[in-house]
Order: sequence, then structure tokens, then C-alpha cells
Amino acid sequence: MRLGPSEEQRRFAQVLHEMLTGNESAPMRRLWAALGDVGVTGLTVPERYGGLGAGADDLVVACEQLGRHAVAGPVAESIAAAPALLPGDVRRLPGLVTGRLIASLAAAPWLPYALDGDAVDLLLLVDGDTVHLGRAGEVHRSMDPARRLVAVQRGALVGTGRPVGRALDLGVLACSAQLLGAGRALLDMSVEHARTRTQFGRPIGAFQAVRHRLADVSVALDFARPLLYAAAVALNETGGSAAVTLDETGGSAAVTLDRASGIPAADVDAGRDVSAAKVACGRAALLAARTALQVHGAIGYTAEHRLGRYLTLVRALHLSWGTPDQHRRRVLAAISGGPDGPIGVREAPQAGATAGDPTPQPVSGLGAASDADVASESRGGLQSAGAGVARTEEERS
Amino acid sequence: MNLDLDAEAVAFRDLVRAFLGENVLSAPLPAVDTPAGAAAHRAWERKLADAGLAAVSWPVDYGGRAAPPLHALLFDEEYHAAGAPVRIGQNGLFLLAPTLLAHGTAEQCARVLPPMARGDEVWAQAWSEPSAGSDLASIRSRAVRGDGGWVLSGQKTWSSRAVVADRAFGLFRSHPGEPRHHGLTYLMFDLRAPGVTVRPIRQLDGTAGFAEIFLDDVFVPDADVIGTPGDGWRVAMSTAGHERGLSLRGPGRFTAAAGRLIELWRSSPAGTQRGDSGPETAVDAGRVVDAWIGARAYRMQAYAALEEPVSPSATKLFWSEMDAGLHETALDLLGPHAEITPGWTGGYLFSLAGPIYAGTNEIQRDILAQRELGLPR
Repeated sequence: MRLGPSEEQRRFAQVLHEMLTGNESAPMRRLWAALGDVGVTGLTVPERYGGLGAGADDLVVACEQLGRHAVAGPVAESIAAAPALLPGDVRRLPGLVTGRLIASLAAAPWLPYALDGDAVDLLLLVDGDTVHLGRAGEVHRSMDPARRLVAVQRGALVGTGRPVGRALDLGVLACSAQLLGAGRALLDMSVEHARTRTQFGRPIGAFQAVRHRLADVSVALDFARPLLYAAAVALNETGGSAAVTLDETGGSAAVTLDRASGIPAADVDAGRDVSAAKVACGRAALLAARTALQVHGAIGYTAEHRLGRYLTLVRALHLSWGTPDQHRRRVLAAISGGPDGPIGVREAPQAGATAGDPTPQPVSGLGAASDADVASESRGGLQSAGAGVARTEEERS
Repeated sequence: MNLDLDAEAVAFRDLVRAFLGENVLSAPLPAVDTPAGAAAHRAWERKLADAGLAAVSWPVDYGGRAAPPLHALLFDEEYHAAGAPVRIGQNGLFLLAPTLLAHGTAEQCARVLPPMARGDEVWAQAWSEPSAGSDLASIRSRAVRGDGGWVLSGQKTWSSRAVVADRAFGLFRSHPGEPRHHGLTYLMFDLRAPGVTVRPIRQLDGTAGFAEIFLDDVFVPDADVIGTPGDGWRVAMSTAGHERGLSLRGPGRFTAAAGRLIELWRSSPAGTQRGDSGPETAVDAGRVVDAWIGARAYRMQAYAALEEPVSPSATKLFWSEMDAGLHETALDLLGPHAEITPGWTGGYLFSLAGPIYAGTNEIQRDILAQRELGLPR
């Protein structure tokens, strides 16, 4: 039982934080190479392809830091989702690990466009459980100056029967972590400003109209984070069973689930938890952004202040990787099957337990790709990430 | 990270589940703040105590089983999932007991805790006064030094459970010359002692859930001072988090309430039509989901807090606003039937008190801003 980062994960986050400080606006190529050096880009890739075989919780810890620094580029796409869409891909996985290969993808209805799809090395188009190569089409400039959304046309087939549900859930999870990290950074800069900016002879943080809003942001972030961690745990639990979907006895919840999201579900509870995390992290980050702007006043509205960078990123990510409405639908479909179930998810369900345990039935079926890589090597850890860090420091010295 | 329970935790949870399954009656007990209800709820506490489940986290010597925080959390979840009775002893169990365990003497713990666990002594709190609400440090009720003890006089109000309780605990001004946060003493006193008058206050739900306590030269022996005389504010504040945080409001009640909300949604016209019947339905669905997510967030935070505690003020803000929102949603789903559905209106009216008691949410925001965020006063 541990629903929070380990010492090792804290250290990893700190290393990443220090590496990113001052390098937020480095060109994407340089940044990705640096992320490769510390092990971020290869986190979820099995060790046999040079990755770390780490879990979804490690991914969350890393992406929180990327969000904290408002790192641009296809973070969730290339680091979280792409490796899971390409199981056993000897040609591409090693490149994703080093950060020399950057990927993006489109997966309607959650991701109708590919982020920075004109600038990446590998563009994917996800359709059901099938993955195609994509060709970059029209390029749209985003409200966020650091983002370009690119229409994607279907190219050659990469593979079918892919664990798409799990891959996309990993992407949603990463995006949620970015939102939470960005929200925390927005709160930190707002508190700093409220402490130092003086009006009417007092720091503005002494006024309740200001401090109560910041308190509400803090609460929203504090209570979004455990949902994020719980979702990571749920995805780790299903890591070895990409074949999990629901059979007819799983009830209407399963059917509704697929229709609601338009995307194959990896697992009802994992999908529910990932969606709940996305809704909560998005809402907390958005509250943090609006509050930050209000607390900063006009200075926050200027192009040179970094607040704007966070504000537009948060607003974009809030509606990316599935809108809150799409994710609420998925949660609703899952919970309509029964109330919140017992903790200790690895246990076998017990007859006569709390009414309506929504324990999912693992069966084969739709999207039942065999994914031995994910199954057998999903859990490695950050030990090798530490080695990556050491390597970087050697190179620097 | 993982949410796995070890064998010991599973065994404990199964024990609790089995006990509750055998002993929780399907019909609810009479209302706790009535004489018959109080007796029934005391009998229930005794049954819990006999099974060693009245206060699982306390030391064994005082009637607990020295269970780790995880077990206390599992107990809370099972308790509410089973629909077990409200804890008549909750003021004592969750507010006074942590204070005694932290600041009381071994003699006090041995004398006070076992009868508390058995429901033989029910405790009320005596904090607020007519002119000391959010500004608790402006307390005026006095404790004057007497022979071998203290003599109390003054008026306390909003004292939960005082109508049915045996004893009470609270703060009294013992050193009137000192700055206002100093010179307060934390005392326990007998509600049936000469000079004590308890006047029930009818709440907006019609029950007498709290009361005024009038004290007219009530003698309290030195043995019933907790901590050092004059040090009461520090003693009270060091455990104030228990009132605001997870020990008073475990996640179980909200998980259970969210479960009932989902059931209500499924049986409502909007729920059976699966969200296809227009904009009104869509709004309700989103609110149902948000209420469920809120309860789930609180539950997960409780598990996360086993490793890294979150501030009691943040916890209090979150559960109280979440609970009110959840019940508002339920009533809106019931529509014109809501006001005649006591299963929900009772919970709704109770939820409205949450943002007020245990320190108003405005006070909590101030505390959070100052202590957690480091903002200036």
C-alpha cells in the first residue's frame, strides 16, 4: 500500500526538475535528447529495447515535472502512448528510448489532430485497434504559440490488434500529470507574487479576496493528485493484460463505455480512473491558471511573463486527450455498473462482498492483441534511470 | 505505487466485515439525540467494544487493538458500507481521545478511555461561546483557582451531543491577565455536576443535535486538567486537525453516499434513458459524475495520506464542499420529490453544517493560506 512517490521517484523528479530549470525553451530536438539521457523517453519501453520497463506511476512522476516546466512538444504522444502502440517494434523503440526519434499521433475522437505532427519523425494514425502511419496534412496554429495541430492522412498499415486502449490511457495519464504539474507551478508563482507585490501598503496575499482563491487552488491540486496516482496504479495492474475487455456478461457498462469514448477500453476500472484523473487534474489546473492570471493582474497578461505560456498550455491540454465531457461520459458508463469497489484490487472478488462490486471480468475479445512485451516487462523501475542520470553527469563533466 | 493490502489487512477487513454483517440491523436505530435513541446507540457502542472494534487504533490497554492507520481506514470504509449506526461517542473517540493520548497522563487515559470506548461515558464538546465562534481565542468562560481544582462559570454553545452526553471537554480562561491565546486551560467536566444546566437547541432539521451549556460555579478537580493550566490553546490546537481532517470524516461515508447517488441516478428518468433525453439530463449526468469523482478523490487522498498527510484545513475544505455538492445533486435529481424523500433530505441538511462546524471554511482558507502557502497575515 503506497499511493505516492517513493524516495527513488522523488529523487528522479528532482533530477528532472534541475535538468529542466532554465532549459524550458530549448529546441525540441535538444530537449528530447536530454530527456533521453535521463531516461524519461524510454521509461515505459521494455528493457530489451534499451528502455527502463518502468511503470505508469514512474511516467506520472516524470510528466508532472514536464508540466511543471511547461515543456512543449508531443510529450504524452511520444513518451507515453507511442511506445505502447508499437510493441516489439525493433526498428522504432530504440529511437524512442534515446529521444532521437520523436513521435506524434492522431486518434479521433480524443485527438483529432497530431500535435506538432509536421515536426516529428514518426506520425501515427490510430483507428480502432489498428495503427497506421500518418501523413501530415494541413497545419493549424494553436492559441498556444508553442503548439501546432496537424491534420493527419492515413498512410501504410503499421499493425492491427494493437493494445490501443492501454496506449491511449497512458497518453491521457501523462497529459493529466502535465496538467497537475503546470497547475502546481502556477500556484507557486502566484503565491510568490502575492507575497511580494504590495498594494494599499500590504502584500496582496494578506487580502482574503486573494488568499482564499489561492487556498482553493491548493485544495483542488491536493485532491486531484491521488486520483492521478490511483489511475497509474490501475494501469500498472492491467499492464500484463492488454487483452482485457468485457464480455457480454460484463453488462451494458462495457458496451456503453466503448460507445461513449469511441475507443476500445483496456479495462473498465483503469479507464474509469484515468478519466477521473483527467477531469480532476484539468479542472484544478484550469482553476490554477485563471487564479494565477487574476492574482498577477496585467503583468501576467504580457507576452514576456512566463505565466502566459502556462495559461495557454493548460487550456489546450484541458481539451486535449479527451475533453472533460468525453471523460465524464466514460466515468459515468463505468460507475453505472455499480458503486466504488474495494481497495486491494489484486484480490479475487468475494461472493457476498459489498453490494455491486464492479470487479471487471478479464476475458479475451476485442482488441485482444498479445503484447508479451508489456506483459512480461512492464515493471522494471527507476534503478536504470539513475544510471542514465549518472551518464549525463559524466558527459557534462 | 500500489493499492495492495497485505494478508494482515485483508484478515482485519474480513473480520470487520463479518462482524458488521452479523450485527448491523437492517432497520435504523431511533434518532441518536432522543433518550431511546441514545440508549440504543450506547448499546451498539458496547457491542463494538466487546468485539474490540470501538477504537481500533488506540493502545490495547485502553480498549483498542493498536491497529495501524491503514486498518483504521479500512474499518471506516467497512463501517459506512455496512450502513452501521452513527457513533454516539464520536466527539470523545475522535476529538478528546487523540488529545488525551498526546497530552494526557497515563492515569487520565486509563480512567477516561475505556468507559468512552464502551459507550458508558458519552462526551460532548464545549468550545464555542455566544461571542467566540470563528474567533475561538476570545473565549470568556472562566476557570477560577479553587481548593484542589478549578471552578467553572460561563456559557458554552453549539455543543454537539450535549443533550445525551455524560461529560464534556473544552477551553476556559484561567489566567485573565495573559494575552488572549495564553491563559486558557483545557478541562474535562461532568455534565451532571451541580451548577451545570444543559439547554437543547433545536436545529433546522428539527433535532436537538446541539445545546447550550450554562456553568454556574462548577467544581473540576485538578485531575481533569489536560496538559498544563494556561497551556490549553496549544493543547487544543495540536489536535484540532483531528476534528477537521480524516479522523472525524473518514472517506467511508462519502464513498457510501456517492454509491447511493449512482443508484439514484440509475433509477431516475435521466439515468434509465442513458443521457439521450436533452440538455437537462446532460447537466445532471455531469454533476453525478463530478460528485462521484469528488468522493473518489477523497477516498484516494485518504490512502495517499497514509504516506504523506495532507493539511487538515485542506481536508476539511474538500470534504465539506464535496458533501454539500453531492447532496445538492441528489436533491436536484429527485426534483419535486426531493423534499418528501427523508433518506436524502436528512443527509442534505446535515451536509450544510459541514462548511460551518469544526472551524468555518473561511477560517480554514485563512489557515491554509498562512501555514501551507506561507502567505502573510
